[in-house]
Amino acid sequence: MLGAFLETLIGGLLTGVLYSLVALGFVLIFKASGVFNFAQGAMVLFAALTIARLSGEIDNKEVHLANFVVAAAILGLAVALIGWYAWREFVARGGGPDERRKMQILAAVGALVGGIAAYSYGKGAWPIWLAIAATAAIMGLLAYAIERLVLRHLVNQEGIILFMATLGIANFLDGFGQTLWGSDIYKINLGLPKDPIFLFEAVFPGGLLVDPGELVAAAIAAGLVVVLAIFFQKTRVGRALRAVADDHAAAQSVGIPLNTIWLIVWTVSGLVALAAGLIWGAKLGVQFSISLIALKALPVLILGGFTSVPGAIVGGLIIGAGEKLSEVFLAPILVKAFDLAGGGIENWFAYMLALVFLLFRPQGLFGERIIERV
Amino acid sequence: MLYREAGQFKTTYVADQQIFPILQDRIFVLAVIVAAFLAVPMFASPYLYTEILIPFLILSLAAIGLNILVGYCGQVSLGTGGFMAVGAYAAYNLWLRVPELNNLIVVFLFGGLMAAAVGILFGIPSLRIKGFYLAVATLASQFFLDWLFARVKWLTNYTPSGSVAVGNLSVFGWKIETPADRYLLILGLVVVATVVAKNLVRGHIGRSWMAIRDMDIAAEIVGFRPLRTKLTAFAVSSFFIGVAGAMWAFLRLGAWEPLAFDINRSFQILFMVIIGGLGSLLGSFLGAAFIVLMPILLNQLPGWFGIRMSTALLSHLEFMVFGAMIVFFLIVEPHGLARLWAVAKEKLRLWPFPH
Amino acid sequence: MTTRLRSFPDVLLSVENISLSFGGVKALTDISFDIAKGEIRAIIGPNGAGKSSMLNCINGFYHPQQGAITYKGVRRSQMKPHEAAEQGIARTFQNIALFRGMSTLDNIMTGRNLRMKTGLFWQALHIGPAQREEIEHRKAVERIIDFLEIQHIRKAPVGQLPYGLQKRVELGRALAAEPELLLLDEPMAGMNIEEKQDMCRFILDVNDEFGTTICLIEHDMGVVMDISDRVVVLDYGKKIGDGVPDEVRGNEAVVAAYLGVSH
Ligand SMILES: Nc1ncnc2c1ncn2[C@@H]1O[C@H](COP(=O)(O)OP(=O)(O)OP(=O)(O)O)[C@@H](O)[C@H]1O
Ligand SMILES: [Mg+2]
Repeated sequence: MLGAFLETLIGGLLTGVLYSLVALGFVLIFKASGVFNFAQGAMVLFAALTIARLSGEIDNKEVHLANFVVAAAILGLAVALIGWYAWREFVARGGGPDERRKMQILAAVGALVGGIAAYSYGKGAWPIWLAIAATAAIMGLLAYAIERLVLRHLVNQEGIILFMATLGIANFLDGFGQTLWGSDIYKINLGLPKDPIFLFEAVFPGGLLVDPGELVAAAIAAGLVVVLAIFFQKTRVGRALRAVADDHAAAQSVGIPLNTIWLIVWTVSGLVALAAGLIWGAKLGVQFSISLIALKALPVLILGGFTSVPGAIVGGLIIGAGEKLSEVFLAPILVKAFDLAGGGIENWFAYMLALVFLLFRPQGLFGERIIERV
Repeated sequence: MLYREAGQFKTTYVADQQIFPILQDRIFVLAVIVAAFLAVPMFASPYLYTEILIPFLILSLAAIGLNILVGYCGQVSLGTGGFMAVGAYAAYNLWLRVPELNNLIVVFLFGGLMAAAVGILFGIPSLRIKGFYLAVATLASQFFLDWLFARVKWLTNYTPSGSVAVGNLSVFGWKIETPADRYLLILGLVVVATVVAKNLVRGHIGRSWMAIRDMDIAAEIVGFRPLRTKLTAFAVSSFFIGVAGAMWAFLRLGAWEPLAFDINRSFQILFMVIIGGLGSLLGSFLGAAFIVLMPILLNQLPGWFGIRMSTALLSHLEFMVFGAMIVFFLIVEPHGLARLWAVAKEKLRLWPFPH
Repeated sequence: MTTRLRSFPDVLLSVENISLSFGGVKALTDISFDIAKGEIRAIIGPNGAGKSSMLNCINGFYHPQQGAITYKGVRRSQMKPHEAAEQGIARTFQNIALFRGMSTLDNIMTGRNLRMKTGLFWQALHIGPAQREEIEHRKAVERIIDFLEIQHIRKAPVGQLPYGLQKRVELGRALAAEPELLLLDEPMAGMNIEEKQDMCRFILDVNDEFGTTICLIEHDMGVVMDISDRVVVLDYGKKIGDGVPDEVRGNEAVVAAYLGVSH
């Protein structure tokens, strides 16, 4: 019994790390811009699709020409639009100071166009690192487009409007990703070990069964979480981001313009999405349902707080473990007691857990209690 | 006839507090309602009924329900689909288990009341949880209810697939058979519900909601009880949503499974409310019209230009365009279609003199 | 400057040894004073002295860690804001707290919410009792609108009104409750002379005509000395003076606290 419990617990915690990662993507953006970014899940899907398609064996029959033509047209339009915007600003500022950023953007555009070109010739798969790098560039470009085309025009709007806008972005990205890359189920091959390993065989009869792939994935995710936490606490940009969360004017005084900060956070959460998509996709294959992982990360947010990095980390672990444990141990009891057609309580259990917790501690795991003023 | 309010003086408070203080507005709305009841049935095809008018009306009602909660009371909810499901399945079980009754009005009201009860239950956290925390918390209701109707066999009468069907419907002896019957029944209910909603939001209950929305602290200091006010909003909102859910199940689908009320439904209704205009009943209708019509248009569009596409590609494109349109609308007019309408009317009032 | 010397035998509210702190910040330390029925009581003090916090304790928005408040003979250590409202305490805020999405009329109507009793059923129909009630209260609100001379902005959304008018609407909302005790937090802040004079007139009229007890916070000494019957002075959360305006003006601690503090 204890062995089974521990096994489930470990499995839950390993999944929980992934939830933490996705939740971090939310937290980053919310902290820096107060936007509840519902497109995080769509970004995960988009990134996973891109990596899978760039790195996967491309079967020519499988390339949907129509898809590609349409996607290329849209992409061309988008690039042209962004280019036009960038150019306009470049001219307005009289050239000069922003040159470096422009170069970076141009490089990103170049990378993207190059990637597309390579894809279109479709002669062979890219090595995984190249695919990841290209996807990273694309995520940066995406962040830029979102900042330029959407956020910039919605500053000072109410939270719900921004939230709805990200729902729009999510729709767009879901459609765009699948138009561009097709909607079959793809694989990402990270070369993760597959054979199960057994831990603590001395203590438990038969040992604890652990999937090494999950272990590696969790290790990668954990590493990223640590890197992000350090980024937030120690670097200049990270401190500026935290300042923005508290007070926009204060952030200005750190010397980083708001727009740049937004660009950075969206890029970083794009990269976080990439990591999540990579790991999740390697684990379960790349398909539309990946974008639903975002829904799994939401209870983490209310448990840990929308603005708390440690909250996202610990919350993710709690939710991951709680979800698995409830499914394995609570669900059968419920099924018996109420004559249910199967368990499947993990879909809501995490939410209920977070909700009940919030009723007793509205400030979340690590939040400080705020007394409102008038 | 010119659109003017000049010369229409209000001499009593009753006159001043009418729903449409301007005479021309009253005439216009009346004309629309009469046309909907009398003129539409003369020409409408079954396609127009089942694919456009019926979904439009039912979803408008759901949007009104959600608007009460989000637009008037300021409590963001992502659980609309779940509450629609409660309405649908509660209505189904009453219809199934008390066959002698066989009156859709009673069945729908029961669905609405059950949804209101569940709404109150899931509204309780709103006392302590605010903003997006609450929004995410309402997802708990969505997922829980989804699960409930998929797993608790009794609720779906032990059908193996969990999908249920209704038939042989009637209202006070009036057999609801053709699309036209269904349309007229829905239209009648929606008109009544809209009037009720309007009455609520313009009275002191509506003011209590808006006070909580605009500044909850001040509202409490003025004397509103936050929990009671919010729960009233949850109850009324869920009631409307529940009735809409029951109507959707009975009069639009006929046979359905829990998937019909999943989270995508919630987002769909929320889109209607936001695109239409928060805190506007007219906006709920405009938003519903927009969201119902747009996919249909998007589907037809390539055909008009003689372009042929695979259905998969078409649906992906639809996603994209839909997403882009949402963003576009939010940027152009964050206050929704209702605001655009109001601006247009203002222009009309001054026309032909620009100022 | 004339000081009005009136006498008020009955105590409406008394504050006993109130202490309030936020984390490490001591906002109020051991404050005691009373407000007599019918008087205009002012609370003054430099910025951050704890004046607003004091009002927030009185109407139940903050809960002091120590001390108690006796109101109309009932002694309490805590109450909820809506309970305070039900007991006849109304207030305005330092930073205007109007319902921005609603019209002037609706804002003032909310002040009468405690008197509006018809339930969901009649409200849904909006006939019979619901309509009668609405009109009855509308009449009361119209009287307030006339009194405050804001007829022209009756239907305007308050969010778009100029500051001075917003303050007036807020006063209207508080008056609509027909309170026994009216708490005003800097009702004249940010107003020009003319607007201040209007506001003074409204406050005095309310006090005279309806006998409403008023407790107000104000930085403008001239105004305070002019209209108030008694003054409490706070500094760093402590009470450093209490009495009729002339007494307070002569108090050395008060003068010291205000030295170099310009408003
Ligand atoms: N909700 C709160 N949370 C934390 N500290 C608070 C809160 N409310 C008041 N304070 C602190 O209590 C002290 C007194 O504040 P208060 O607003 O009562 O002063 P005040 O006399 O009204 O000043 P002013 O003239 O600027 O309005 C201040 O130091 C303030 O920072
Ligand atoms: Mg103050």
